[in-house]
Amino acid sequence: MKLSYYPGCTLKTSAKNLEKSAFAIMEKLGHEMVEMEDWTCCGVVSSLTDDDLMHHLAPLRNLIHVEDAGDEQVITLCDMCYNTLKQTNLRVKEKPDDLETLNLFMDRENDYKGTVKVVHFLEFLRDEVGFDVLKKMVKNPLKGVKIMPYYGCMLLRPREVAIDDAEEPTILKDLLNALGAEVIDNPFKIECCGSYHTIQQKELVMNRAYRITNFAIERGSDAIVLSCPLCRFNLDVRGKEAEKIYKSYKQVPVYYYTQLIAVALGLDPEYCGFDDHAVDPTLLLKKKGVFEK
Amino acid sequence: MTKKLEGNVDIEALKLKKGDLVKEVEELCGENLFGCYQCGTCSAGCPFIEDMDLSPDEVIRYIILDRKEVLNSKTIWLCASCFTCAERCPRDINITKIMEALRQIILRKKIDRTDLTEITKDEKETIPQLAFVSLFRKNIG
Repeated sequence: MKLSYYPGCTLKTSAKNLEKSAFAIMEKLGHEMVEMEDWTCCGVVSSLTDDDLMHHLAPLRNLIHVEDAGDEQVITLCDMCYNTLKQTNLRVKEKPDDLETLNLFMDRENDYKGTVKVVHFLEFLRDEVGFDVLKKMVKNPLKGVKIMPYYGCMLLRPREVAIDDAEEPTILKDLLNALGAEVIDNPFKIECCGSYHTIQQKELVMNRAYRITNFAIERGSDAIVLSCPLCRFNLDVRGKEAEKIYKSYKQVPVYYYTQLIAVALGLDPEYCGFDDHAVDPTLLLKKKGVFEK
Repeated sequence: MTKKLEGNVDIEALKLKKGDLVKEVEELCGENLFGCYQCGTCSAGCPFIEDMDLSPDEVIRYIILDRKEVLNSKTIWLCASCFTCAERCPRDINITKIMEALRQIILRKKIDRTDLTEITKDEKETIPQLAFVSLFRKNIG
């Protein structure tokens, strides 16, 4: 079955490695994932004022394009796209009047009928593929690698769009267990990384990155795994910069879950795009002997 | 107790009528601010609380008391809409939407918080695109 995929701006620019590794996994699993046609930016943050319908247009337009192509679901890799598309999808389903206004506003598009389901790639792996299936396919188990799962905000909140429990999520933990890694829990796993403040308030985000990572290190963690491109940048790059402020602090590598799956399934490391990280992620995997097997 | 707040919005120029702040906020966000019983759960869980001048529960109180200087607090711009407070509020008040309403009151008067010319070439090339889109959505009207 062909699966429709919505990339979003960042997956085509600074998070190419997330996309590439996800496609490699899908190919290995025997699913055909195809980039949808004619996609636009989703707007990244969902509109939070009741009268602001304008900012639901971009996500809705993308949902219409998915519907027009005859697809029932659209897969996203970016957490923020997932959140924005899903919130708009919910809003137009809950408030038919708003949908009517939006449909009337758009000339070139067909009316949205509300048939599309927005699915995050991680959710797809859990519900459609199954972590137990992944577990059986593992060639290089991540044995002895201690990893802290970091969820961030957009996968879990608001609760209407969450892919897991908002306070005590387990989806990344279950995935890591299936890949053979040792999971380190950390209460900071659901706390915000600082998000867009990374542009204008770098120190604030460095502080966030330090707080989150340092707690993980104190609990014995060797690395962090996450899914959002912005969280990756903040924890990895700003975390590395925080080394200058906090003496004796050493940033640990930050992985996308897709990269770890690709490594565990024995796919070519070239698919992982490890060069784009501030802290070299390959060193730990070599040290633990995951790569050499 | 009056706190000195840092911002630079000329509150007089916003032309909000006396007693209107709470109405304006409620209209924008659709939340009932009077449901708040000041338990402070929102503030306890907020990841940015250390850098804030007013805690989120104080912000709600300021709005109810029509203290318009709340529009000059750092808090409303520090909120990155992570929804932790909204998720945990025992009164089910979406504080994230209240913060957005306060930002919108200012932004809709064509007062921007971010100066685009301050962003350097290096930043444009290294920081992920979605950070820029969300910054512009949050700080520019």
